[in-house]
Amino acid sequence: MTAVLVIVAVCTLAAAAVAFALRPLVHSALCLVLAWAGVAAFYLWAGAEFLAFAQVLVYVGAISMVVLFAVLLTRRQSGEGDSRVAGAARRVAAGLAVAALVAGVLGRAVLAVPPASAPVAPPTLGVRQLGGELADGHAAALLAAGALLTVALIGAVVLAAGDAGRHGEDPP
Amino acid sequence: MTPALPAESWLERVPLTVRDLVTGLFPAPWRWLAGSVLAILAVVLGFGLLFTLLTLVERKALGRMQNRPGPNRTGPFGLLQPIADGIKLLVKEDIVPFAADRPLHFLAPVVLVAFTLLTFAVIPYGRHLLPVDLDAAVLFFFAAGAATELAVFMAGWSSHNKYSLLAAMRALAQLISYELPLLLAVVPEVMRAGSLSTAAIVAAQGRWTLGILPHWSVATPGGAAAFLIFMTAALAESNRSPFDLPEAESELIAGHLTEYSGFKYALFFLAEYLGMTALCAMAVTLFLGGWQAPCVFLQFVPSYVWFFLKLAALLALLIWIRGTLPRLRLDQLMRLSWKFLVPLALINLGTVAFWQLSAGWEPLPARAARWAVALLLVLGPFVALGQRLGAGVGPRRYRYAPA
Repeated sequence: MTAVLVIVAVCTLAAAAVAFALRPLVHSALCLVLAWAGVAAFYLWAGAEFLAFAQVLVYVGAISMVVLFAVLLTRRQSGEGDSRVAGAARRVAAGLAVAALVAGVLGRAVLAVPPASAPVAPPTLGVRQLGGELADGHAAALLAAGALLTVALIGAVVLAAGDAGRHGEDPP
Repeated sequence: MTPALPAESWLERVPLTVRDLVTGLFPAPWRWLAGSVLAILAVVLGFGLLFTLLTLVERKALGRMQNRPGPNRTGPFGLLQPIADGIKLLVKEDIVPFAADRPLHFLAPVVLVAFTLLTFAVIPYGRHLLPVDLDAAVLFFFAAGAATELAVFMAGWSSHNKYSLLAAMRALAQLISYELPLLLAVVPEVMRAGSLSTAAIVAAQGRWTLGILPHWSVATPGGAAAFLIFMTAALAESNRSPFDLPEAESELIAGHLTEYSGFKYALFFLAEYLGMTALCAMAVTLFLGGWQAPCVFLQFVPSYVWFFLKLAALLALLIWIRGTLPRLRLDQLMRLSWKFLVPLALINLGTVAFWQLSAGWEPLPARAARWAVALLLVLGPFVALGQRLGAGVGPRRYRYAPA
């Protein structure tokens, strides 16, 4: 089991490393998607089936599209990756600062849990229990998130519906 | 009420018997592996065969609808046409553009077929025929399906051809737009069954009124609406007519497939038909009772026969639609999804919630009221939104075309 974890971790980290070492932006983006898929594989290894599939659905399916569209729509015509040379030091510093921040938050969260004195059996949590947990203890947060997303969705539809009159006609 | 199950016939148990026979040849520690490999082989070979058959049936049926015989030269009634096509595509030269991104150009069809095949793992084909019984099977199905969008992008971008890239972005816009109604139409079934497992969803539909009226979810107002939304979105997700803009053979070059030839092109074709079959199989599972027989007294027919009959009916429906409807324009396509299907699917969630909450209304007037309210909730928004859909959009005038 640990061997699987090591393989998954090495693949994920390698994909992430290649993602910021590569020159063509689209290749970096695709490597980033591979890293996200690796995270999903880790969830699967840890027994969090639902989380793994949700990770694939949201990150590999949807967020990857946002990233790729952003890359394509903002790409400069003259050679990719030119803009990286200027101000490289500042970019590296900003990247390291963000990484340190994330590592700090994660480290704090991990250290806040007291280390287990004895090996614990991994909990087997079905989708039903997961749903029960969400609807029971975290109902308010779930409702707020759901309401927010629904409002965003309806807002998008309303925005799109606003300029209905302009569709489908060329000026004569 | 659930009638007592009749003793299972030997036909129902044939797949189990075959599996035990084959795995029995292996030593005990390897049996689980042999069983998995057997399931994979069955799915790949079975649906591969179905794909070849489907291409022939589609061409024949379309030919009949258009008053021509269809393929009829290779073998009796043209039955060997798929084999001839396969050989032709295999021996064709594989052309890769000079400027293409070779690894991605190669990977795109592979990723597409691999992820499409994964979706078949969680479909219950019969009472004892479920390759992988996952707790979150429905989520798995759509997660594997979502990865195919990436393959479309890879195909368009790696070809290094502006037409391919533009077409890939159009295809992605379509896929993303219709992913939403597709998923929203599935939520009612999950609510009804109280589970994301495909086995539980099929089991929840295995009841009959008076022994002849099946409790399939398509027989309720909310379920019927969800089924129609699901099938419309599934047509668009699998690039089928009338939503086949991504590679409209007759007007665009071939969309993101422009720079593909030979067997890679065949792989894209395979993935398209497999994706269509997988979505139809999911529709059968979610809305048409899966492998359940339509009447109690028909249960002597093996469950997998029922599943494949329903699947064949849905596939025939898709071919019929392709022969009937003209292709949509891109703006019409987007309007249909965002202004019609998504709001309808959202309202439908409320309808199904009402239907579930009012399940205990037993007396006859209360049940009539339940049906009336649910029908109103389904038909009202349908009519209102449908009327608004075309409002303000006159016939298109083209600047350089004769009026």
